[in-house]
Parts: sequence; structure tokens; C-alpha cells
Amino acid sequence: MFRDITIGQYYPANSLIHKLDSRVKIIATFIFIIDLFIANNYIGYGITSIFLGIIIFLSKVPIKYMLKGLKAIFVIILITGALNIFMTPGEHVLWSYKGITITGEGLYTAGLMATRLIFLIIGSSILTLTTSPIQLTDGIESILNPFKKIGIPAHEVAMMMTIALRFIPILLEETDKIMKAQMARGADFESGGIIKRAKSLIPLLVPLFISAFRRAEELAMAMEARCYRGGENRTRMKQLVIENKDYIAMTIIAIFTLIMILIRFI
Amino acid sequence: MKAGEDMEKIITSKGLIYEYYTHNDKGEIESKHRALDELNLEIQKGQFVVILGHNGSGKSTLAKHMNAILHPTGGTLLIKGMDVKDQKNLWDIRQTAGMVFQNPDNQIIAAIVEEDVAFGPENLGIEPKEIRKRVDESINAVQMAEYMTHSPNLLSGGQKQRIAIAGVLAMKPECIILDEPTAMLDPVGRKEVLETIYRLNKKENITIIHITHYMEEAIKADRVVVMDRGKIVMDDTPRKIFSQVEKLKELGLDVPQVTELAFYMQKQGINISTEILTIEEMVDEIWQLNSRK
Ligand SMILES: Nc1ncnc2c1ncn2[C@@H]1O[C@H](COP(=O)(O)OP(=O)(O)OP(=O)(O)O)[C@@H](O)[C@H]1O
Ligand SMILES: [Mg+2]
Repeated sequence: MFRDITIGQYYPANSLIHKLDSRVKIIATFIFIIDLFIANNYIGYGITSIFLGIIIFLSKVPIKYMLKGLKAIFVIILITGALNIFMTPGEHVLWSYKGITITGEGLYTAGLMATRLIFLIIGSSILTLTTSPIQLTDGIESILNPFKKIGIPAHEVAMMMTIALRFIPILLEETDKIMKAQMARGADFESGGIIKRAKSLIPLLVPLFISAFRRAEELAMAMEARCYRGGENRTRMKQLVIENKDYIAMTIIAIFTLIMILIRFI
Repeated sequence: MKAGEDMEKIITSKGLIYEYYTHNDKGEIESKHRALDELNLEIQKGQFVVILGHNGSGKSTLAKHMNAILHPTGGTLLIKGMDVKDQKNLWDIRQTAGMVFQNPDNQIIAAIVEEDVAFGPENLGIEPKEIRKRVDESINAVQMAEYMTHSPNLLSGGQKQRIAIAGVLAMKPECIILDEPTAMLDPVGRKEVLETIYRLNKKENITIIHITHYMEEAIKADRVVVMDRGKIVMDDTPRKIFSQVEKLKELGLDVPQVTELAFYMQKQGINISTEILTIEEMVDEIWQLNSRK
């Protein structure tokens, strides 16, 4: 049940997109998401889909990995689609029954919203598929660093992510083990109503929490023993470096943003 | 004691006392437990010392003092002349005397082997190039080079412990304290870890303090220290220690199987030495028994 969950869906490959600096990729993804909200017609989304297509091709990640992320939010797309279809008022009434109406405008907005969501998921999947979790963590720390002065704990956030990356698989495995042990003694996690199921999780969660706290204590001691004293004066073995291809990537995303703005306002 | 002699000592403990307190709900001290009781111990640089003692004899408590994780209630403990009570020595002490713990999973911090080995030197604020060099050297020293970019989750227990040792090595310590590093390992993993620490001791002249419950792991040590109720009760070469079978049994400890066999043979009136530690020695001794007749 828990083994199938993989953390960070990194797809290792040797591509141009993989080699880009993680900070550049994070920021570019962020800008891309804003662009999706700037675009509000099908010309904009047509260009976006060509843009995404080229990046997916360059990243050498099989398209089925990209679409995997969509499966999880399929229901959300359906619900937002339905809401838009029925809730958008408009002049071109296509169908009406007992006060429920479907308008041309409704269909149009629903289509736009669904496309926007799909592009949003694909865009962020490209980031996580082409950037290893460690690079992602380092990138986030480096981006947040300038904001330390206003109280954003950049190093702490990154350290928490590092530890989570290391321990989530261990804890999942442990959950699996405890579950099997409880099932061998007749525990039943799979049948009954929601309350019964929630109750059956208690004998699972209690040992899991105890073990997690014990691990946390030992890990803290091990970190202290290795001279950990927070982010101050700490150096890193691997340093992020911005190269020419990163500047080119930033330029491309800037041009893309410009096109999106032009399409919307002209 | 001469000053020159003092420099050679990596660990000097005099009358070391440590008490654990348990508090009640109101924060008052409910009871106290003396885990170290006026303990005296000196360890010379380059020695391979094994610490034995039954459960609760205070071994882990002592080890945590050597790394300044715990601070003495009384007495003194010097690590290479640095007093553990002095807060300003803290980081130097932890860099000089590295620590490896029992559970291999709970001491590896990063999700990639080389990143984890780099953790210590990164904390010390060392230059990136020098960290890279140290990481490569340390991983080679524990013979794990091919796993450099692997996830620790996919390694065996013995391999994880070797990575933990590499993580300490990368801080260039003079002494490594290992608190039951083999307790959770299978025989193969145990052998890997032991061979690694013996090699580091011989080749790099790193002082090793190895805490264990396995008597076999003490056989090749330079010195065996036996603890009981927060005190050191025996301190000698493995040969001398293990020949005292009855005393060890009183302290709740075992002896290596062949030594025990020799002990019972001697009890039966057979003229055999009890200072036997390995099967080969036993074979030799029995051969000589034959020729003595
Ligand atoms: N955190 C604690 N609070 C209270 N008492 C403790 C604590 N840790 C250890 N003790 C007690 O101190 C004594 C020494 O413990 P220590 O862990 O040093 O023994 P040990 O020789 O390492 O034993 P083991 O072989 O089981 O690892 C024990 O009696 C133990 O119960
Ligand atoms: Mg212990």
C-alpha cells in the first residue's frame, strides 16, 4: 500500500533541461505559472502548448511520466470544469432545464480553466522530473537566502527538506512493517466505514510516532556529534554555478512572458 | 607526570562522575542514578581499546562524555588536553573525537552517500574543494567508492556503518569512539566494520575506542577495559582479561568460546593455558599437550 509512493518523481537523464541550474528552473517554473494566468485566450494557450512540447522534447522524459501527474488531479479538473460550465452566466444559452443553463461562455471558460490546470501540472512536473531532490533543496535554500534578513529561515527549511527526503522512505517502510505485523494479529485496515477505519489506524500510528521520535532524538545527537550548529559559517561541497545556458534559459522564459502579455493586451 | 607524556594521552579522566536525574511533573528531582562513579581512565594516542560491560554499566554514558554530548556532574575529563566542561572547546573536541552510533539508519543525514560524508566538513566551514578531497579520501578509506552517489537506503547495515565511519573520518579526527556499531548487524556486516576500524587504527594511526557486547571483537585489541556500575573494574590486554573466566562471569560477561573450553579443560586437571583466544592457538596448545606427555 505504501511502497508505491515515491518521493520526488525525479527521472534521471542526460538532457539540456536536466543540466540547467536548479535555481533557474525553479524561478522559470514560477514565472511560467504566472504566465498561465496572464494568458486568457486560445491563441495564448496554443503558443504555450508548443512551448511546453519543445521543452518536453528537450528534457528526454517520456511523455507518459508527464501525464502521470495529471491522473492524480483528474477529479479536480472535472469538478472545476463542471462548476464553470454550470455557473458561468452568458448570452448564448445552449441548453436550459429547470433553471440550470449551459452557456457558450460557460463551455469556453471551462475549457480555458481545464487547459490552465493541465499546463500548470505539466509545467511543475517538468521541474520535479528533471531536477534531483537534492538539487531542488539546494536551489530553494539558495533562492531563499537573500530573504533571511526578513526572517525567512532558508537554511532550516532546506535542512528539514533534506531530512524529510532521507527519512520519509524509511518511515513508509516501517509503516508497512507495522501494518503487516498488526494484520498478522488480525487487525483489519481495509474494511468498514470511515470511523472504523480511522480507529483501526491508532494501533498503527502509536508505534510509528514513538519510533519517529526516537529516531529524531538519535539523529539530533548524531548531527551534533558531527559539529552541526545551524547554517552559520557552513560551507557546501557542491556549489551552484550559473552558466551560459542558464542565461539563455532565462532569456527564453522572459521572451515567452512578453509574448503572453502582448497576446493578452493587444 | 611529565608534560611531554601528557600530550600523548588523548583521553584522561579523573574521578569522572555523571548522574542521571528523573524529574516528576512539577519539575522537582524525583530520583537520581549515578551512571559514572569516580571513573579513572587514560587512553594513549594510537591505541585500540575495547570497552566491555553488561547492560547499564555506563559504557554509552562514558562515550557521550568523550564527545561532549554529556557534561560531567563531577570530576574531570580531558580530550587531548581540552576540558569537556569548557564550552569553548566544544567544537574542537567533537572534531578531535568523532562518534559512531549503534543504529546505522539514525545517523545518516543526507539522501546521497557522498552528501552525507560531506556533512561534517561542511559544518566545520571547510572550502568546497577541500571537502571534495576529504570526501573522496574517506569513502576510499572505508572501501565504498563505488557507492559514492547511491542512496543510503539501498545499502546493507555494514555498508551504512562504513559510511557513518567515513562521515566521521572526513572531519579528520584523531580518535573515533564507536558505541556498539555492530550490535544491529549480521556477521558479514560485523566483519566489514571491524576490518575497517582495525585498518584505520593500523594505517592512519587513529585511536579507536570500540564499545561492544561481542567478546570476539575484543581479541585483537591492544587493551580491554571492563566496566561495572560506572567504574572500571578490569583493564589489561585481551589475553590477560579473558583468562580470568570466573571473574568475567561474575561481572555478567562471556568469554570467547575457546577460552572457556580451555578454562574447563584446566579445571578438569588438564595442563593447558587459559590464555587462549583463537582456534589456532587452541590447536597449537593441544599439539603441545601431546608432546608434553
Ligand atoms: N537518559 C537517561 N535517563 C536516566 N537514566 C539513564 C539514561 N540513560 C541511561 N541511564 C541509566 O544509566 C545507566 C548507564 O546507562 P548506559 O546507557 O551508559 O549503559 P550501557 O553500558 O551503555 O548499557 P548498554 O550495554 O545497554 O548499552 C543505566 O542504569 C541506565 O538505566
Ligand atoms: Mg549503551
